[in-house]
Amino acid sequence: MSAVAAATPRRATTDPLAVRVLLTGTALFFVALFIVLPLVTIFAGAFAKGAGVFWEAVRDPETLFSVRLTLLVTITVVAANLVFGLAAAWSITRFRFPGRRLLSSLIELPLSISPVVAGLVFILLLGDAGVWGRFLSAHGIKVIFALPGIILATLFVTLPYVARELIPLMEAGGSQEEEAALTLGARGWQIFRRVTLPNISWGLLYGVVLASARALGEFGAVSVVSGHVRGETTTVPLQVEILYNEYHFAAAFAVASLLSLLALFTVGIKKWLQCRAKGGLAGRGCTAGMAT
Amino acid sequence: MKRAGALPGFGLTLGFTLLYLGLIVVIPLATLFTGTASFSFGDLQAALLSPRVLAAFRLSFGASLAAALVTAVFGFLLAWVLVRYRFPGRSAVDALVDLPFALPTAVGGIALTALWSDNGWLGRLAATAGFKVAFTPLGVVVALVFIGFPFVVRMVQPVLQDLDPAIEEAAASLGADRLQTFGRVILPQAAPAIASGAVLAFARALGEYGTVVFISGNMPLRTETVPFLILARLEQYDYAGATAVAVLMLLLAASLLLAVNALQGRGGAAGSAHQ
Repeated sequence: MSAVAAATPRRATTDPLAVRVLLTGTALFFVALFIVLPLVTIFAGAFAKGAGVFWEAVRDPETLFSVRLTLLVTITVVAANLVFGLAAAWSITRFRFPGRRLLSSLIELPLSISPVVAGLVFILLLGDAGVWGRFLSAHGIKVIFALPGIILATLFVTLPYVARELIPLMEAGGSQEEEAALTLGARGWQIFRRVTLPNISWGLLYGVVLASARALGEFGAVSVVSGHVRGETTTVPLQVEILYNEYHFAAAFAVASLLSLLALFTVGIKKWLQCRAKGGLAGRGCTAGMAT
Repeated sequence: MKRAGALPGFGLTLGFTLLYLGLIVVIPLATLFTGTASFSFGDLQAALLSPRVLAAFRLSFGASLAAALVTAVFGFLLAWVLVRYRFPGRSAVDALVDLPFALPTAVGGIALTALWSDNGWLGRLAATAGFKVAFTPLGVVVALVFIGFPFVVRMVQPVLQDLDPAIEEAAASLGADRLQTFGRVILPQAAPAIASGAVLAFARALGEYGTVVFISGNMPLRTETVPFLILARLEQYDYAGATAVAVLMLLLAASLLLAVNALQGRGGAAGSAHQ
């Protein structure tokens, strides 16, 4: 045994061919079952009744309305959380203050809260029976079962994404370059734009992509606060649900297939950005992913 | 404390961060607990001890646990294959692992339902084998595995990548066969990452709504999960009942995560290992 191992030292860390084939086969079978087949189901379902039905579903006025609404929500939410992410990362990584770690974990908190609970808290706070809801409704402001509620719930759910990409990146980069710029007479905004931003741009883009994907597809939290007012608060995922529950399966899958294309695009961009970001940093190639 | 405050913008950025976090996360979440504080013991008992609520908790915790175990095994296997072996399409498979994160949950939900229902491609196969998946607790587990396995893959991959091959060579040269090396050298080093990934998958599974609603069928006492129960109570304007269930779920999940963290010895290994 040991003689063989000594004669072919590489054998020590490689598995026999049969094991490799068996394990790879099992893993690929799992991927086929849980990723490939669901994807194929979506696209097959979308075209099950022909391209005509597909186009009709995609160009349906209610669907187009939901697309506009979702875009509006996504752009608003991602822009707000981008500003938040930059502010949070700047304060947490460039200064030392008590409670810094607590603040970092608070930022990650929404990731471990059920989307349904995320919707529920805004109903409790701002709904008709809620703490501030009576005040709002007395002044004729509608938040819950309306656009502001959808935006708030989506803000909650996507809040961590940009910040948690930027914080480790800026922590690792250190602040020497910025301090050098400061001693050379640059002012705050100049330092940020000329020194910080170029260093974090890929991580920033990565965070924005992740936040956008989540905002576009958020279902649970939005479902709770939207009240399903047709033609008023139906985002694209809610439109998919409505079509599906009304047995318009081909139409539901047609709209779902568009969301799936976006998801595939997101996954591709994510991979590409990771390769870019990692290539210079650790040189460990592109396979090490990050949990979302 | 080196030159704290040398750079400008401390007050502005920290102030904005605290204000934003307070308005969007802290105050809304606090409402949940101030709301429950006013309940009497009788209220809570009525809201939480009905058979329907208990059944939902049993299903949510049971299915999430089952899914976390499946996820630990197959997530590790997938990470191993992606890191150690070379095969055509490896890079594409690696990218596709993120799909459950990127795909809107409702889309994943209807896809799995169509696939596993009685006239779906896999549902038909399952039916001939004599079991049902869609609209049963098994369907809930399938949905939770879908949403959970990427957590394990992404936690384990970097650990496997950083394993020092010299240690494996040393084990082999000391006479260990491949299986022994795996069980005594590789697995112990990967175990914390597997556990952390499975804990994340479990936490995500407990609260999951979109992927599960379609495939579960939401039959009270049988296939109704806790998140759906919260929503069902909200739709009946039973805000107090919904809040009580939500708080109980949060407390149970939090204490479970804390217990796992404590068990892992080095606290924070699971909690802060999101990266």
